[in-house]
Amino acid sequence: MRAAKAQVGDRIGAVSFVLTRADLRRYATASGDHNPIHLDEEAAKAAGLPGVIAHGMLTMGQVIWPLVEWAGGDPGAIREYTVRFARPVVVPADGGAELTVEGQVTAVAGSRVTVALAVTASGQKVLGKAQAVIELPAA
Amino acid sequence: MPVNSSFVGRRYRSAEPYLVGPDELRAFAAAFGASAPACCDPAAAQALGYAGLVAAPTYAVVIAQQAEAEYVRDPASGIDFERVVHGEESFRHHRPIVAGDRITTELTVASVVERRGMTTVTTAVQLSDAAGQPVATVTSTLVVRGEAG
Repeated sequence: MRAAKAQVGDRIGAVSFVLTRADLRRYATASGDHNPIHLDEEAAKAAGLPGVIAHGMLTMGQVIWPLVEWAGGDPGAIREYTVRFARPVVVPADGGAELTVEGQVTAVAGSRVTVALAVTASGQKVLGKAQAVIELPAA
Repeated sequence: MPVNSSFVGRRYRSAEPYLVGPDELRAFAAAFGASAPACCDPAAAQALGYAGLVAAPTYAVVIAQQAEAEYVRDPASGIDFERVVHGEESFRHHRPIVAGDRITTELTVASVVERRGMTTVTTAVQLSDAAGQPVATVTSTLVVRGEAG
């Protein structure tokens, strides 16, 4: 995608991902975030959660990739990225949780494009105020 | 113990720079099942104009969370990590992080706001490179549930 071609209202996706307990373990290792509520059922329940939940930063980090692809495969194109964690993503041991993301262009200013992200798990909104500013190639 | 609001404005600087290694960048991108060549293949990163592998868009959190841990684990901060949930996260990049960067951090406790038994703590971590130039700002909001909650 080139900046000159992006228009307010353009849509990206929807794209779906399945997060499994194995993905949570892999993210814990890669990120250094070993909070047991993401790894252990008992620890999650002791913390008052319905079960093991995904790291908020795994959800945030996962759903941005369709925008990287849209920006031409350059991860450095994502200049700003903000989310509010509205609801935990519960990841059952059997089958995991399905995340769905859809982006919509809300502003174009020169080569900078703002995209709002709608992110759901099992049909419920899990991120609020999710927005990225992407620097696109000019021409 | 309530969250200590007198910490607002306090700063924590990293003792040592954080060396960003290529294997770590590959593993972090792989954790999302991401196949972006610029995160894994130096030639692909160079084709996009980078000196080394490019970090995934949220990689800065790995560095920022070390600075946040220093504050949160400070007993005088009054933050009980067992009662913390992640409220918001924001990244603002001045430039992408690339393999070989040596990143220093400075965390500022931006605000501590108590409301209806919940305390919202916001921190801002400035990441800078070896030349002292700003790389990214990572803003994080934690929500600490009250004793009775």
